[in-house]
Amino acid sequence: MSKHDRPADMSGLYPAAVRQSIAKLDPRILWRNPVMFVTAVVAGMTTVLGLRDLLAGMPGAGTSLHIAAWLWLCVLFANFAEALAEGRGKARADTLRATKSETRVRVLGAADDDPATGSETLSTALRTGQFVHVAAGENIPADGEAVRGVASVNESAITGESAPVIREAGGDRSSVTGGTTVVSDWLVIRVTAEPGKSFLDRMIALVEGAERQKTPNEIALNILLVGLTLIFLLVVVTLPAFASYAGTTIPVIVLGALFVTLIPTTIGGLLSAIGIAGMDRLVKANVIAKSGRAVEAAGDVDTLLLDKTGTITFGNRMADALIPAPGVDSHRLAEAAALASLADETPEGKSIVDKAREVLGGVPAMPPRAEAVAFTAQTRLSGLNLADGRSFRKGAADAVIRLTGKIPPQALAREVDAIARSGGTPLLVADGTDILGAVHLKDIVKPGVRERFAELRAMGIRTVMITGDNPLTAAAIAAEAGVDDFLAEATPEMKLDLIRREQAGGRLVAMCGDGSNDAPALAQADVGVAMNAGTPAAKEAANLIDLDSDPTKLIEVVLVGKQLLISRGALTTFSIANDVAKYFAILPAIFVAAYPGLGALNIMGLASPTSAILSAVVFNALILVALVPLALRGVAYRPASAAALLRRNLLVYGLGGLIMPFVGIKAIDAALVALNLA
Amino acid sequence: MTLMSYLLYLAALVGLAWLLAVWMARVYGGALPSALLRAEAALLRLSGAVPARGMAWGAYALAVLAFNATCFVVLYLLLRAQGALPLNPDAIGGLAPDLAFNTAVSFVTNTNWQAYSGEAQLSYLSQMAGLTVQNFVSAGTGMAVAVAVIRGFVAARGTTLGNFWVDLTRSVLWILLPLSVVLALFLAWQGVPQTLQGAVVATGVEGQEQVIARGPAAAQIAIKQLGTNGGGFFGVNSAHPYENPTIASNMAQSLSILLIPVAFCFLFGRMAGDRRQGWAILAAMAVMFVAGLAVVHVCEVAGNPALGAGANMEGKEQRFGAMLSALWAASTTAASNGSVNAMHDSFMPLSGFVMLVFMQIGEVIFGGVGAGLYGMLLYVALAVFLAGLMVGRTPEYLGRKIEGREVTLAVLAFLSMPLGILVGGAVAATVPQALAAVQEPGPHGMSEILYAYASATGNNGSAFGGYGAALPWHTTALGIIMLLGRYAIIIPMLAIAGSMIRKPQAPVTSGTFPTHGPLFVTLLVLTVVILGALTFFPVLALGPVAEETARLAGQSF
Repeated sequence: MSKHDRPADMSGLYPAAVRQSIAKLDPRILWRNPVMFVTAVVAGMTTVLGLRDLLAGMPGAGTSLHIAAWLWLCVLFANFAEALAEGRGKARADTLRATKSETRVRVLGAADDDPATGSETLSTALRTGQFVHVAAGENIPADGEAVRGVASVNESAITGESAPVIREAGGDRSSVTGGTTVVSDWLVIRVTAEPGKSFLDRMIALVEGAERQKTPNEIALNILLVGLTLIFLLVVVTLPAFASYAGTTIPVIVLGALFVTLIPTTIGGLLSAIGIAGMDRLVKANVIAKSGRAVEAAGDVDTLLLDKTGTITFGNRMADALIPAPGVDSHRLAEAAALASLADETPEGKSIVDKAREVLGGVPAMPPRAEAVAFTAQTRLSGLNLADGRSFRKGAADAVIRLTGKIPPQALAREVDAIARSGGTPLLVADGTDILGAVHLKDIVKPGVRERFAELRAMGIRTVMITGDNPLTAAAIAAEAGVDDFLAEATPEMKLDLIRREQAGGRLVAMCGDGSNDAPALAQADVGVAMNAGTPAAKEAANLIDLDSDPTKLIEVVLVGKQLLISRGALTTFSIANDVAKYFAILPAIFVAAYPGLGALNIMGLASPTSAILSAVVFNALILVALVPLALRGVAYRPASAAALLRRNLLVYGLGGLIMPFVGIKAIDAALVALNLA
Repeated sequence: MTLMSYLLYLAALVGLAWLLAVWMARVYGGALPSALLRAEAALLRLSGAVPARGMAWGAYALAVLAFNATCFVVLYLLLRAQGALPLNPDAIGGLAPDLAFNTAVSFVTNTNWQAYSGEAQLSYLSQMAGLTVQNFVSAGTGMAVAVAVIRGFVAARGTTLGNFWVDLTRSVLWILLPLSVVLALFLAWQGVPQTLQGAVVATGVEGQEQVIARGPAAAQIAIKQLGTNGGGFFGVNSAHPYENPTIASNMAQSLSILLIPVAFCFLFGRMAGDRRQGWAILAAMAVMFVAGLAVVHVCEVAGNPALGAGANMEGKEQRFGAMLSALWAASTTAASNGSVNAMHDSFMPLSGFVMLVFMQIGEVIFGGVGAGLYGMLLYVALAVFLAGLMVGRTPEYLGRKIEGREVTLAVLAFLSMPLGILVGGAVAATVPQALAAVQEPGPHGMSEILYAYASATGNNGSAFGGYGAALPWHTTALGIIMLLGRYAIIIPMLAIAGSMIRKPQAPVTSGTFPTHGPLFVTLLVLTVVILGALTFFPVLALGPVAEETARLAGQSF
């Protein structure tokens, strides 16, 4: 998967991110993040008060400005996290933008006009419905559908895959994307997207985060954070009244510091970075999400509909075993099977040769002057006639019986039946008129899928295999791959029905598809992944597009969605658990003058009230920047049951969030004292 | 021995509540004997309600508000006019407007904050037709709302939460009334008066003439405990020998304070079709209750060395001693009951701390009848939302997603606690008209203020006796805050239920966030402590914590 690891040069991103984090101090931008906006307001207020004290020559001005500096840093760190997350997308957007260039294109009056009669125009002037002729070596100027011709197209600009793909008029491979290049032959394309609204444009906007809208869960979390901020505002504004009753006053700057340390700045500052980074992880996996909502929904998926071909099996039947007839040496059968398949270029034929090689330790070379006998629908046999007159054949059982005029021995006939019953395809191998044995052809389940499905099951996700095979074959493969259920002889209508049935039971369904007939099901599914090679209809109906056209990507998408949600939850829990320690740092500091006994609450043994308040503020800012890498990378995630995940994450981020600030604040306090800063 | 008594108490409580929940599930499910159903239908027809019609959350909330507003108006007029009304053998005059407002709000909101002294200021008619009736219907309101909220979380997808009039009628007729009759008879047997004759004038052994108040007490006391009302017949509440004459009456009342709130946990599990869900909520409540009770017990039994050896017996009945007083204090503040059998003002500072925390977190440790459960569901929603993401799914509870709308409403409901306690308390700590109420200076006075405003916001009703809550400032402010503490939670919770019931229920898989078992109980407890208690940590530090640390340093207030 090397093409996924575009090693974006991270070091180049930092200066830009630093510049951005200052630009993001603009209140109009900051306002979108209420927690950080409030922090900035408090920071501004503290600065003003600190400067006032400085000019008036009051004591404590230094400490006030020190606190103010750390409050500003807290805001800047949050901006930096967001800018860094956006920067990674921007880098990718720039490479995409480079493929967009204005070129001259040949427009035809109708699809079957002679290219020579076409008129030239600028690619940016193209409109939907126009026909364009694109020859080898030329860029495809706009999204469209091939209406004439066959060509190989290099789509590496979009997918990163350097091997060209075939695009042809009609069928499921007719969709072409602007910005890709025709490598050989030519195509006539009907333009389907207005300029500025092409797939490439949409992709640039998405990876740049320009079109980023908050996802439902992110909005809900934001509301909660605002609510908590409001509650702590009530706590802090009522405190002077209670303090005055106790005969003490609390400086406004200290109240501000208490307020900022209590409100959930950690998660508030990192929330949007987590979201952007989650989308970025998808982009890295070469999946384009048309909305953030789909990524969140991916984490919630209960049922995965997986196409058998390509996802669960290799897609071609392969030789699984060679079964000799009674009295026949297995070497003789292997040799005959190999010879019968040497001229057979199909994957099945090659797999038989490979199987024979396993038995023989090598395969015979193509004998000189041998004559290949190709498979036809009439004979349903293929093989080789040697120059010495011998002939080798393999084929369907009844065809071989007709050819040889012999009935296979009873033991072999039983084997053939058993293969058919297990969902495989039996072939018989004949040397002249002797039936030597059978070849068991079957769909080979990809290595590792069984374990993958077991993981999914542990995560509570049901897998359903979709196949056009008959129920017998489907059941055999389903059992072997370990899927929970299968849909055999599936039609698009049956898929749609299945999705509706699952959804009626309250389940969220994800599927992938490519053909036009998949479009309704893709639209109905909660998470629909369309193959980039698929038809425009399928891509329109889906909410995610896989640029690699790899159906196994569906599983990856689910994991990315889950990781996004876990990162968000872990940092929220951590942020809120942090408050306990902050209370124990600041409260004794502000009340010890009124009630010396409250010094007992200073369980961390912080040096002085000033250093205690400062340590809490410094910790608050440092923990934010320390968690930026975690927010961008995402919390480590291993598939497991919800109970196991909860136990682990609650321990790490809940308990860790309770304990860590005690250690951190104490350490900062010690450092401040050592540096004579407080 | 002490431990055994506590364990016995808890075992009896859980056993009785479990049985009661079986009955309650039948009552609210309408699986009653046909004779009862006919009686109920006749009564509902009389009131003009259409029982078959389910109510969407808005209609349900409107019915709750309309009913309670009517109750308020009737009770207010009754209290004002009691002097001119019958059943007033001791010729007591009407209440002042602010006190009548405070008392009417207090009983309609199931708070039973008593700024008056019952035997001196209320006629028998006010006690029976006014307060006792409200004891039933305000408790019934809380129970009905809780049942509607439970339906919102657990019932099949739909739009309606049930019918308020039916739920209210069933709560009163088939749950509160029968239990009250049993308890009242038991209390009368133990010596609690139940008479319509006026006070007795007697000459005591010291030769002085005394007026001994009595009246129809047993009936009111039974419902005051069962309905977590707490408003006693007499001013000193269950410390009065006529309200609580014996150890047996004391234990029966202690049990009945928590009986229905605990039964609601079991009812929740039953209605959810997964009893573990009810056990989990009960376990979270029990963990916090036992922890608090342990603190109160240790503090009270150890007493204050500054006052000499032995348990802290100031303000306690010799008959009950430190232990039974500790149990009562913990139960009554946990359950938003508010009745007392000892003077909380005289408890040790840390005991006061526990009682304050129990009320400040919103009366969710068992809590008021019904109110405790829907209050706890608020914390459940927040806990699930905060930590639920950590399993890699958008948060869901019992298969239903918790989204922006629910979070907004939960935050709104949650805001009422700091608003009532902190804003109300801050004003009371600064405005001179309000400050006059404080009996002791220093941190204990702070505790008195906090206690009054926490009690009103949590609809508890108990008080630190030294606090002069009868001042017009407080009768009015506390009255408004009682309304806030009741309806600013009921309405958003019903709205959450109304929103939840419209959502599809995802089936439980191994990917589902587990909302039962020790892990979830721990999470829920931590959420209550961190979100609920920490909000009040600064003011607690200035009140009971400062008092305790000063006491340890040999200083007293």
